[in-house]
Amino acid sequence: MEAIAENTAKVDNMIDTKKDVQNNSPESADLSNLETVGIPFSDNAKMSMRDVDVFYGDKQAIHGVGLDIGQNEVLAMIGPSGCGKSTFLRCLNRMNDTIDICKVTGSLQLEGQDIYDPKLDVVPLRARVGMVFQKPNPFPKSIYDNVAYGPRIHGLVSRRAELDEIVETSLQRAGLWNEVKDRLHAPGTGLSGGQQQRLCIARTIAVSPEVILMDEPCSALDPIATAKIEELIAELSENFTIAIVTHSMQQAARVSNRTAYFHLGKLVEVNETEKVFTNPDHSLTEAYITGRFG
Amino acid sequence: MASAPENQKTIELVNQNLAKRYRAEKRFRAYGIASIGFGLLCLLFLFTDIIGKGHTAFLTTYVKLNVELSTDALDIYDVNDPQQIAGADYQGVLKKALRERFPEVTGRRDKRALYGIVSSGAGFEIRTLIEQQPELLNTTLDLWVLADDDYDTYYKSRSSDEGAYTGRFNEKQISWIETLIADGAVEKRLNTTFFNAGDSREPEQAGIRGAIMGSLFTLLVTLALSFPIGVASAVYLEEYAKKNKFTDFIEVNINNLAAVPSIIFGLLGLAIFINFFEMPRSIPLVGGFVLTLMTLPTIIISSRAAIKAVPPSIREAAMGIGASKMQVILHHVLPLAMPGMLTGAIIGMAQALGETAPLLMIGMVAFIVDVPGSISDPSTVLPVQIFLWSDSPERAFVEKTSAAIMVLLGFLIIMNTLAVWLRKRLERRW
Amino acid sequence: MFLGLLVCFEIRQTLTEGFAKRTQRLPKSSDDNQENFWRIMDTSTLIATLALLIAAAYVMGRGRSMELADTSQGGFRNLNSLPFYYGMLTALWCGIPSLFLVGVWMTMDTSVIDMLLIKQLPEEVAAMPKSELGLVLNTIKNLAEGNMLGSAPEPYMAQAADSLKRLTQTSQMAMTVLAICLGMLLAVFSWFRISPEQKARLQVEGAFKAILLACSCLAILTTVGIVFSVIFESMRFFQSVPVSEFVFGLHWSPQMAIRADQVGGSGAFGAIPLFVGTLLISVIALIVAVPTGLMAAIYLSEYATAKVRSIVKPMLEVLAGIPTVVYGFFAALTVAPLIKDSGTSAIDFLNIQFEFLNIQMSISSESALAAGLVMGVMIIPFVSSLSDDVINAVPQSLRDGSLGLGSTQSETIKQVVIPAALPGIVGGVLLAASRAIGETMIVVMAAGLAANLTANPMESVTTVTVQIVTLLVGDQEFDSPKTLSAFALGLMLFIVTLALNYLALHVVRKYREQYD
Repeated sequence: MEAIAENTAKVDNMIDTKKDVQNNSPESADLSNLETVGIPFSDNAKMSMRDVDVFYGDKQAIHGVGLDIGQNEVLAMIGPSGCGKSTFLRCLNRMNDTIDICKVTGSLQLEGQDIYDPKLDVVPLRARVGMVFQKPNPFPKSIYDNVAYGPRIHGLVSRRAELDEIVETSLQRAGLWNEVKDRLHAPGTGLSGGQQQRLCIARTIAVSPEVILMDEPCSALDPIATAKIEELIAELSENFTIAIVTHSMQQAARVSNRTAYFHLGKLVEVNETEKVFTNPDHSLTEAYITGRFG
Repeated sequence: MASAPENQKTIELVNQNLAKRYRAEKRFRAYGIASIGFGLLCLLFLFTDIIGKGHTAFLTTYVKLNVELSTDALDIYDVNDPQQIAGADYQGVLKKALRERFPEVTGRRDKRALYGIVSSGAGFEIRTLIEQQPELLNTTLDLWVLADDDYDTYYKSRSSDEGAYTGRFNEKQISWIETLIADGAVEKRLNTTFFNAGDSREPEQAGIRGAIMGSLFTLLVTLALSFPIGVASAVYLEEYAKKNKFTDFIEVNINNLAAVPSIIFGLLGLAIFINFFEMPRSIPLVGGFVLTLMTLPTIIISSRAAIKAVPPSIREAAMGIGASKMQVILHHVLPLAMPGMLTGAIIGMAQALGETAPLLMIGMVAFIVDVPGSISDPSTVLPVQIFLWSDSPERAFVEKTSAAIMVLLGFLIIMNTLAVWLRKRLERRW
Repeated sequence: MFLGLLVCFEIRQTLTEGFAKRTQRLPKSSDDNQENFWRIMDTSTLIATLALLIAAAYVMGRGRSMELADTSQGGFRNLNSLPFYYGMLTALWCGIPSLFLVGVWMTMDTSVIDMLLIKQLPEEVAAMPKSELGLVLNTIKNLAEGNMLGSAPEPYMAQAADSLKRLTQTSQMAMTVLAICLGMLLAVFSWFRISPEQKARLQVEGAFKAILLACSCLAILTTVGIVFSVIFESMRFFQSVPVSEFVFGLHWSPQMAIRADQVGGSGAFGAIPLFVGTLLISVIALIVAVPTGLMAAIYLSEYATAKVRSIVKPMLEVLAGIPTVVYGFFAALTVAPLIKDSGTSAIDFLNIQFEFLNIQMSISSESALAAGLVMGVMIIPFVSSLSDDVINAVPQSLRDGSLGLGSTQSETIKQVVIPAALPGIVGGVLLAASRAIGETMIVVMAAGLAANLTANPMESVTTVTVQIVTLLVGDQEFDSPKTLSAFALGLMLFIVTLALNYLALHVVRKYREQYD
């Protein structure tokens, strides 16, 4: 049944596409009945979201977003400030729970399991869907303890040697091992901004999650540190499913397989990254990537 | 898909430990709730204890006696001479009335015990009555007179669960009072003495008016000094002071003074005001000086916070049209910061009202019967009165102390409510 | 314009007349405090007079500047400053020097009069040692106030008392006349100086700033006053009792024997039992307050909904607003008997159930436990509001980082929030400790007077603050070690609390800078 419904939706989208391209200029765009164009859904979906609405009190921040994140895919989310891309990302491991007035409706599934099921436990969910934040936020502990924190709280290891191994591999995967192996017990807050962010990534992958959510992970970093993180994302995509929110279109172009464009709380277009940046289906997307607003 | 088995293992491990972790979570929450519960329980216990002990003090026991107010017995020859009326032996008339009420009592010691039923202050009540209505002289009438504190305590505790408190009573005394009670000649009335009188050695004649007036005068001095000085210091530190070693030093001093034990301020007052400047002891003026020094840091700190909350844009706007620094401060900063400063001042005053230790040092613990009339009359203050009464051995003082505490807490609640109200009413959001 | 001056003269005239009447009544009074009472009343009349004078000076200065402005063309615009500033300038010239004079005079006159008096005394009296001379002076002062003495005073004393009376009156009159003359003179002087070119605003603003600065220096003066008064008297104490005996002595019994054969008055000044007692009660208080306050703060800031917090937090803070004397009463009359009764019955129960234990313990009705427990309750809101502040200062991003990894809320709090907030919490605990050590009324009312050297919370101990109060309430002789020892204890208390406060404030400040 579901599959049929999805297919119908796809067909509908295709019909709508033509309409949009013909008569939409960004300034006069009527967003009230906008439908997502492109290919928002995937056959090999790790996470799939349908009709997601998010409210902050009375204010609606996300309007009916439907999107899939494929297995081992890097999905970039772009859009102007305040378009709701970060809010949407934080829904995916229920980080919005920490905000009292935030309410999420619609269906959000991780491998067919409803994330917002009231009976579902957020603790194992977050162990499976990890998150890296905009500003590096290492705990005021040593580098070692930062990385070991996740495995410890989840009880993933029983012996010190196993923990050492996890810490080492995680730091190696995050490309930080060579820089810090001699000072594992120095405070994590003493590292440079880029190193701190890689430490946060190491901390996240130490739990070996299935999905990593990254919320503008490079916005607080300089270009060299950014380049390192981007390389890292490319390597990580072999093992993890990654959803990344970014403000930089170049970054989205460099690291992602697919790109989703958000506008005022709505998902406008999802397509192969190359297509989005060369020949977008929707006029709003085109306006954004050509720099007419943003 | 290299990490699939690894992921599977992770999920299994996470789920294995989950129950244990959630138990820890629950325990942790329970500790938090228990802590809050403990605090609130203590508060409840304290209040019920004080109110339970103190509410009876607002009523006091009166005894009905058939008193013969004959001029002969009172030694009054000339009814029109106020001096004779004032100096007459009213207590003697009461004694006579008691003798007639209990004719079976003989023996000197028993008689003296019998006279103890009425308060030694009861005579003054009759005097006031006669002064107002001289036509009552040479009549015999039923008068309600103030009972002694022992009988008061006995009568109040009679109906309690633990039974009557007999204290120093002997069988006879109990039988007398029981006879009077059976005749309906004992009743409880509103205790006006408690609010109108000064201190006394006799619990039934003791009141808190002297202490309240003393507190009032002390607080007036404190407010008159600490508020202007505190605001001035805050303005200097926020608006004028450059960041240098000297202003740092002032800041460190203020912060430290805010945490210095209050008794140290008492030592300062004793050594400087009393010993060095030879100011008199026990007067509200010196008490006010000491409390000023003590509350000043509180007022400075809250005034600074209020000044800081005034946005710089207001200052810039005023300076932009050519206002001088002093004009900016007097016309804009101070009026806008005033609600916050007043709130701080009220809280400082509430702190000063409850303070006891430094005032003990400067001699405000003297036993003073008269109600003070100015800032240079010897007096005591409400918390010190509580301290003095709580030290008294008479059981009747326990309820008086608790009642005085209720009055003190009442004042504090009013002041704090006022501060909260002021903050809500005048608060400005930028 | 001259009308103003005339009015001013008129006011002064009536005031000084009323003033003179009051001074005439002075010798009649014979009460203990009367002498001082009149001094204060006289001074307040003088200050009221000066206040009127200042107001008049303001009106006149303002008037003159307006007159000057009107005579030339363009009105106020010709003036350097607004008329307000000219008025203020005149008022400041009138007020500040005269008020300053009154202040200095009042602090100095006692010692000057004493000096003059000593010069008049017969030579053999003036040559007496200082302490005896002080006694003689006191007698003379009592005589001058009209207090009856047991025996007839010596003739030279009566004479001196008369001259003291005269001196005091002269001094008071001289001060009044000088202060008022100075005020008027300077007001007139500055009034004549008013001109359109005078930079009145700059001068007034300078004075304004100087006055503000003087006010903020009061904090320093207070600290200096505390340090000097406490150190000065302590030095005198340490002249009769060596520092080492005071700090390391194990026996405290400050009653000095008046007669040689008196029992019990050994006069030992070893303060260790007091330090131990203070420590014992403070530790009990902190054991109650720190975990409770900390957990309450954690629950309120991390778990409780906004509504619960807005109700519970103020209720907990009520505990901090209750005067300490109330806690003292509560501890002495309710908690201490409760502990004694329940403790005694618990021991009886144990002894009956398990005979082999055979506990021999009595519980004092002034147990350290009662005072400590109640003090702990008093400090709970103190600890909780300080911890609340520092916990809220921990950035949300750290919590997000931990929650994002899938830790539970308690794990986040225990392993991330608390360690991050630890310096701040430690600072708060230090401040709470300083508060417990300096707390007076609870221990005065609920703890004992006997200086037992014990660590048993069921026994009665005494504290530094209790001893200070006991030694200083009532009559004091500033030349006996008994009274002076209170100041030495005060010095210890001040040093310890100051060190704790300084350390705590330093730690908290460093902590705040970290997250700013």
